[in-house]
Amino acid sequence: MKPDELSVIAERESELRKSFTNRINICCSSGCANLGALKVLKAFEDAVKDLGFEKKCKVARTGCLGTCYVGPAVLIEPGDYIYMGVTPEAARQIVNEHIVNGRPVKNFLYASEEYFHKQNRLVMKKAGNIDPLRIEDYIAFGGYSALLKVLTSMTPTEVIANVATSGLRGRGGAGFPTGLKWSLVANAIGTPKYVVANLDEGDPGVFANRTLAEADPNTIIEGITIGAYAVGAELGYIYIRGEYPLGVQTLRKTLDNARSMGFLGKNIFGTPFNFDLELRLGAGAFVAGEETAILASIEGHRATPHPRPPYPANAGLWGKPTLINNVETFGNIPMIILNGGSWFSKIGKEGCTGTKCFSLTGKVKNPGLIEVPMGITLREVVFNIGNGMLEDGKFKAVLAGGPSGGCLPESLLDLSVDYDSLTKAGAIMGSGGIVVIDDKSCMVDTAKFFITFCMEESCGKCTPCRIGLVKVHGILEKITRGEGTLEDLVLLEDMSNFIREGSLCGLGQTAPNPVLTTLRYFRDEYISHIVSKKCPAEKCFREQEKEATET
Amino acid sequence: MSQKTVRLVIDGKEVHAAEDETILKVALENEIDIPTMCYLEGLSGLGGCRLCLVEAKGMSKLFPACTTPVSNGMEITTNSERLLKHRKKVIELLLSERTHICSVCVANGSCELQEMATRFGVDHVPVVRRWTGFELDMSHERFVIDRNRCILCTRCIRVCDEIEGVHTLDLKMRGKDAQVIMDLDEPWASSYSCTSCSKCSAVCPVGAIYIKGKSLAETKNRALPEFVFERRKR
Repeated sequence: MKPDELSVIAERESELRKSFTNRINICCSSGCANLGALKVLKAFEDAVKDLGFEKKCKVARTGCLGTCYVGPAVLIEPGDYIYMGVTPEAARQIVNEHIVNGRPVKNFLYASEEYFHKQNRLVMKKAGNIDPLRIEDYIAFGGYSALLKVLTSMTPTEVIANVATSGLRGRGGAGFPTGLKWSLVANAIGTPKYVVANLDEGDPGVFANRTLAEADPNTIIEGITIGAYAVGAELGYIYIRGEYPLGVQTLRKTLDNARSMGFLGKNIFGTPFNFDLELRLGAGAFVAGEETAILASIEGHRATPHPRPPYPANAGLWGKPTLINNVETFGNIPMIILNGGSWFSKIGKEGCTGTKCFSLTGKVKNPGLIEVPMGITLREVVFNIGNGMLEDGKFKAVLAGGPSGGCLPESLLDLSVDYDSLTKAGAIMGSGGIVVIDDKSCMVDTAKFFITFCMEESCGKCTPCRIGLVKVHGILEKITRGEGTLEDLVLLEDMSNFIREGSLCGLGQTAPNPVLTTLRYFRDEYISHIVSKKCPAEKCFREQEKEATET
Repeated sequence: MSQKTVRLVIDGKEVHAAEDETILKVALENEIDIPTMCYLEGLSGLGGCRLCLVEAKGMSKLFPACTTPVSNGMEITTNSERLLKHRKKVIELLLSERTHICSVCVANGSCELQEMATRFGVDHVPVVRRWTGFELDMSHERFVIDRNRCILCTRCIRVCDEIEGVHTLDLKMRGKDAQVIMDLDEPWASSYSCTSCSKCSAVCPVGAIYIKGKSLAETKNRALPEFVFERRKR
């Protein structure tokens, strides 16, 4: 690939795109595919073919539009009409009405305007508009031009300075300033250096990274390659969950394509810069998403974390300096390079710039994958984007940050969504999971659910996490059985604080968050379980009652 | 390459150390005692048992002394009230994790867990104890492994890998279910790689791996890994 070839491809592709009067984008990411998107794709193709419209109307297989709850979702250009719950029969109707007669089919049209109104899709901008497997589609949208700019006109120091100016912070959850991390690796002594992209998204109910990988894998690869240039690495790894078959398949094909186009490999764009990327699959441990555990797993060991310092920036893979970032962090890089760090720093909130992808799930009307600017309030996320509670239930809590996040009550709904505010309230940004809980759920039971998850996923290396979580789980079990005492609450808090302070890695340090936050904001529910033996949500004690009536 | 020397303060005492040394090592050299369990001189550091956690001034996080390298200007506290409370809790949790009954244990009297319990004044276990029912593996002609007594310090695994160099032992499962296994989880007698060197029994802090017919007091040799490690350096 020579530098001027890129613009030739981009121009050719844009021309090709413009030659179609209509474009039908069918989301074929995991969510929609499970709802039958592939059959819908086939139906659209057949319908267009039967009419002989192949030259006028392009039917494309794309990634996620974000409206996962109404899948299979279809986007028709021009006009950005979104159809929801499309069946193969509906596909034919849509082609006949919308494409031929120009009349959108009202009963399949997506109605909730507000879902997109408060969002700001930057990382996911191309997702849903491009075919993830066609690298040319990505190039048509300016893809790999950031890499070209970096390799031909910027020094590694300039790249890092740009990222630092942007104020981008790690999207894996901890929020470490990306620019600082890059400069630490760039300045670290030792060769070779490595780059690792974390795509091991193990949290239940979180699918932001998966969606990005399935919808726009090239953004990730371009971001990683720019990172490699900035820190001086020639080999990188993408560590992806083995449970993401479509993501693995998409990335594998995209890596092959990128290699054959010359975006990876030797002398990229004719410069002396060499870089290649390999895929590594996780074997199903939640803890493997922890940065030092990922490194152990890539080296071929058990995925267990090791204490920091030494930090991966100095001693990572095989003891060499290693840059490890979440894929969403890398996904932000190309636009920072193209638009400049100061442009990016104006998005979001001061000290916490940019956007963040969240998997909005639970008892809301519009769950799905959302991308919002930092600093948005939880209320806007739940009641504007989420469009309020499902089945007109009453809002009780929102769990921010996945299984080791915190349960925040109604009084904190106006909390700004950013790293510092969430941490202050006892929750975390985590991998970007927001679970909305209504009054039919018991908070003690919810805390128990997440503690059970973390207990089973604890690797067993350090004492507090391995044994402490079992004890916390035991106490919660006792309380939900109606056998708890008020002293148990003291023990619970004591043990949770010990686990948080004493554990080796992020898993143990954050695992007690659901317990600590429910104790803080929903203590009355614990007391009700213990003193009056009543579950406010009528969730617990049911089995005992059933047993009692049976006997 | 010349070693850089750093200056730091441990428990109010100013000390000098080489840059790549761990806090634990520097403390030992300066006769400051930090309790350890999974750590053993001569083996790689693990940082798992959390007994050697220390405080560093200006940092809210606690650091395991056995793996954290010293740096210039560090101010370390090794025995604050908070740390003592944590250490006591670690011992309580370890005692409650599996089936620890001192009176019928081969390690009674020379057990490091017992020793630490005495040191930190653990006179009872305030949390619910979990009695495990793992089967004993007595298949080997000389050795026994009783996983009910194991505290998962992985010293045996590290000595087998790093000193004996065969890596017969490893872990299976994770978290509370983790167990030390031989080769691909075979009975010890049918382990293909075990050289019967007995180093694992020499370093076990509790009575989980021992030699048949002998008490741990007779067979224990904590200095063995360090001895071999130092010999190899010559």
